[in-house]
Amino acid sequence: MPTKIEKDVISGRETTGQVWDGLRELNTPIPRWWLYTFIATCVWSVGYVVVYPSVPGLFGYYHGAINYSTRVEVNGQVASIAAIRARSMDRIEATPFAQIASDPKLMAVAMAAGKITFANNCQPCHGAGGGGRPGFPTLASDSWIWGGKLEDIQTSVQHGIRNEDPDARMSQMPRFGVDGLLKPVEIAAVADYVLALRGANKDGTDVTAGGKLYAENCVACHGEKGEGKREVGAPNLRSAVNLYGTSKDAIIAQISAPRQGVMPGWNARLDAATIKSVAIYVHSLGGGE
Amino acid sequence: MFRHEWIEKNAILLLVLTLVTISIGGIVEIIPLFTIETTIERVVGMRPYTPLELMGRNLYIREGCYTCHSQQIRALKDEVERYGHFSLAAESMYDHPFQWGSKRIGPDLARVGGKYSSDWHYAHLVNPQELVPESLMPKYGFMATTPLDFDHIDKHLRANRVVGVPYTDDQIAHAKDDLLAQANAQMDADALMKRYPKAVVVPGNDRVPTELDALVAYLQMLGTLVDFANTSPEKLQQ
Repeated sequence: MPTKIEKDVISGRETTGQVWDGLRELNTPIPRWWLYTFIATCVWSVGYVVVYPSVPGLFGYYHGAINYSTRVEVNGQVASIAAIRARSMDRIEATPFAQIASDPKLMAVAMAAGKITFANNCQPCHGAGGGGRPGFPTLASDSWIWGGKLEDIQTSVQHGIRNEDPDARMSQMPRFGVDGLLKPVEIAAVADYVLALRGANKDGTDVTAGGKLYAENCVACHGEKGEGKREVGAPNLRSAVNLYGTSKDAIIAQISAPRQGVMPGWNARLDAATIKSVAIYVHSLGGGE
Repeated sequence: MFRHEWIEKNAILLLVLTLVTISIGGIVEIIPLFTIETTIERVVGMRPYTPLELMGRNLYIREGCYTCHSQQIRALKDEVERYGHFSLAAESMYDHPFQWGSKRIGPDLARVGGKYSSDWHYAHLVNPQELVPESLMPKYGFMATTPLDFDHIDKHLRANRVVGVPYTDDQIAHAKDDLLAQANAQMDADALMKRYPKAVVVPGNDRVPTELDALVAYLQMLGTLVDFANTSPEKLQQ
């Protein structure tokens, strides 16, 4: 294969000098604009390596001329957005609930902050709009286990329920069945009585035995008429909204081996003003007192 | 004048120069790994996984959770606002392999630990749509009825120690006890808590640990170990 650089007759350009079956290939240089762009990017990359963190070393890495760090930058961004929010959030934190309610502008901020925070943190358990579901209390009804005043809600959000926080709301119902405090027949009788308290004893079952057991075992927390006691977190047994179901089977299950729901405390994840905002939002869902 | 033809016509020279060229790429990729220690922040609180968490992590991998959930909160404002403190290299230093993931069909899980109650996790894993109606997540109810296979848990800890996880002899010797103590709320967990601070005991049942117990224990730990109260932004500057 002859490798003789020749000039192409038609275009006047040089060829590569290689010939295949009598065909020659033009040795056209790459376009100038492309070449200059390429050189410019090479120059740019040198600057980039100098200015920004780049080359690793044995004991760390080269931090760059401007000592740039995404972590420092994001901390700054979070701090600046917090500073903007602080104009309102600081006031929310310092202002008592009653006064927030009388300030429409502040109230609007609190509701917006509460709504967003609720959607991210509370909704997975309590449902959109605080509808609740079995095992996770509704926040939109008059049925409150620990109280529905703004301050009550605030405390519940701050410290949660039955978690490792020493200030968490604690209540523990004895396991009447599992621990053998009551026999299965007795538990069934108590369940009948609870149904009667709810006005659900349609077929006129005799509930005197159940009533006696109820008076001995349940009254202290759930009250004579089953109205519950918020100081100890004992739910109202006559409420239309029932945490673990209203059927006789569900009531028997709950007496014999009570399920004890846990709510995380939010002090560590949310700041005081945000928790207050959530309380205001939850209070507005329909059950606030 | 230099002509490429010389290299092309001399097989040995071509071979040597090819090796030199390829090894430059290799060196650039490999050498920085020798200094990887310097990229791990010195933070307080990180500990190896408890035996139950380790089993849960295996199930997390088996079920392909990483295909929809990431475990890395990037240093971006929106992510820090939603998920909490950005993830640290130190937080995955005991991961073999790490579970950073790259897709977010579901939310990031790097700090899901403690955000919801264990009861919620059980209910949600069994039937996600019952709790989050718009969820696309598959149901994992079968894990609630599948007993956890943990016969080889001590060997599993040992294998992790070979690749650099600092499990002690004490932890390996008590692997089974610790696993059982964490999977049953009725059992005494003092020894477990001493060996693995901040471990979350899951409700479990009175019979055998299930796969779901392990997965929930793992999820409840995610992102909770580092003591951020005692960490300043300066310390996180590698």
